[in-house]
Amino acid sequence: MGLLSKKDTKLILDPLSDDNPITIQVLGICSALAITAQLKPSIVMAVSVIFVLGIGNVVISLMRNIIPSKIRIIVQLIVVATLVIIVDLILKAFAYELSKELSVFIGLIITNCIIMGRFEAFALGNGPWRSFLDGVGNALGYGVILIVVGFFRELLGSGTLFGFKVLGDSVEKTGLYAIGYENNGFMVLPPMALIVVGIIIWVQRSRNKALIEDH
Amino acid sequence: MAVNRDKNSYTIGFAVVMVFVVGTLLAGLFMLFRPQIEANERFEKQQNILYALGVNLNSGPNDVAFIPTDIVSAEFAKYITKQVVIEGDQVIEDDNAFLIDVKKEATKAKNAAYTRKLPLFIGQKDGKNIYVVPVRGKGLWDAIWGFVAMDDTMTIQGVYFDHKGETPGLGAEIKQRYFMDDFAGESFLTGGSFNGIAVAKGNNDPKNLIKDDQEVDALAGATITGDGLSAMLQKDVKLYVPYFKSLNN
Repeated sequence: MGLLSKKDTKLILDPLSDDNPITIQVLGICSALAITAQLKPSIVMAVSVIFVLGIGNVVISLMRNIIPSKIRIIVQLIVVATLVIIVDLILKAFAYELSKELSVFIGLIITNCIIMGRFEAFALGNGPWRSFLDGVGNALGYGVILIVVGFFRELLGSGTLFGFKVLGDSVEKTGLYAIGYENNGFMVLPPMALIVVGIIIWVQRSRNKALIEDH
Repeated sequence: MAVNRDKNSYTIGFAVVMVFVVGTLLAGLFMLFRPQIEANERFEKQQNILYALGVNLNSGPNDVAFIPTDIVSAEFAKYITKQVVIEGDQVIEDDNAFLIDVKKEATKAKNAAYTRKLPLFIGQKDGKNIYVVPVRGKGLWDAIWGFVAMDDTMTIQGVYFDHKGETPGLGAEIKQRYFMDDFAGESFLTGGSFNGIAVAKGNNDPKNLIKDDQEVDALAGATITGDGLSAMLQKDVKLYVPYFKSLNN
C-alpha cells in the first residue's frame, strides 16, 4: 500500500471527474465565468483555491470539536476570509500585476460556494488528513475545469496562450491568419465561458451515462 | 465532550479568542509583506508616469504595455530629468516627489491654512521638456486617477488613466488605448486662459480629428465616469496653471 489508501485516493480523484464541483454539482460557476478569458489568471485562481480550500478544510477539521454550533457558519466564514486575505497579501507582494488583474475575484473566493460547501459537508465531520485530501481534490476538480475553459477561450478568442502568439500574428497576418483565420471575439466575453462549461458537461455526460438523472 | 458547546459564555469566549488570533495573524503578515507591497506600488507609479510621457512598450494598436518592473527605476531616472514640488510660489526640487500621496494632499488642502504640495515630473522627449502632473478624482463607484503629460503650452502629449472599481466594459474603458490616445494634442488653454478638457457626448467628432475644441469623445454608457474625468482634469490640472504661466514669462 502506498501513501494513500484506496478510500483516500477516491477523495482526490472523484471530484476530478464523476463528482466534479463545477460540471456535476454546478458550484463555483460565477468565478469560472469571470476569470477564464485567459489561461494565466485561470491557473492563479485554481492555485489560490487549492491553497484556501486545502488549508481551510484542515483548520475547520481540527476545530470541529470546539466550534460552538450556534456560530458555526460565522467561524467558517472567518477562516475563509483570513486565508483569502493571506492569498491577497502574497499576490500583492510577489505578483502585483496579476493581483491587479484578478482584483475583486480573489476577494470573491470567500463567496465561492465550493469552499463553504466542503467545510460544512466534509471538514466538520472528518479528520484533518482526509479533509485535506477532500479539499485539495475538490479544488483540483474546480481548477481543471477553469484551466480547460481558460485554454480554449484564450486560444480561440485571442489566438494566444499565456500571452504568446501561438497561432501567428493577427495584425501582421502571419501563421494561420495568413490563410484567412480570424479570432472569435465572442470567446473573450463571459457568456462563452458558460457555453464552454456546458460543452464540457455535455461531453462528460455522454461518456458516462450514470451521470444522467432520470426524470 | 466535557465542554458544553451550546452555552452562551462558551460561544462568546470562542468568538473573542478567534478574533484575537486571526487579528494578530493578519496584522503580523501585513507587517511582514509591507515593504514588498510598497515597493510594488512605487514601481507602478513610475510605470504610469513613464507611460504618460510616452515611454512604454506598446507595439500593437491596442497595447497598454509598461516598462517592466525590474528596470523601471533605472528608466525613470533616465527619462525624468527633474522632479519638483510646488508649494505656493515656491518650486522645490525633490527626487522623491513621486512618492507624494495626491489623495492625502487634497484632503489636507481643505484646510485653508495649508499650502498644498503639488508634485511635478519633468522629462525630455524629442528635445522638448514635457511636464507630467498627477490627477485624482471620482468616477461612478470609486476613485479614478491618472497622469497627464503636457508641453509648456499645456498641450497634452500623453495621458494614463486608471480606476479602482469602474464598471468593466463601460467606465473601466478609460484605461484603454482608444480613449487615452484621444487626449494627445488637446490643449487646456484657450488664448492664455485655462478651460480644461471635457469628455463630451455628441461633439460630432468621434474620431477626435479636431484638436482645438478642448473636447474628446465620451465613452458610451459611462456618463458619470466621463463627467468625473472632466472634473478631475479641470480641478487638478488647474492647480498647475501658475507654474506653467511662470515658465513662459
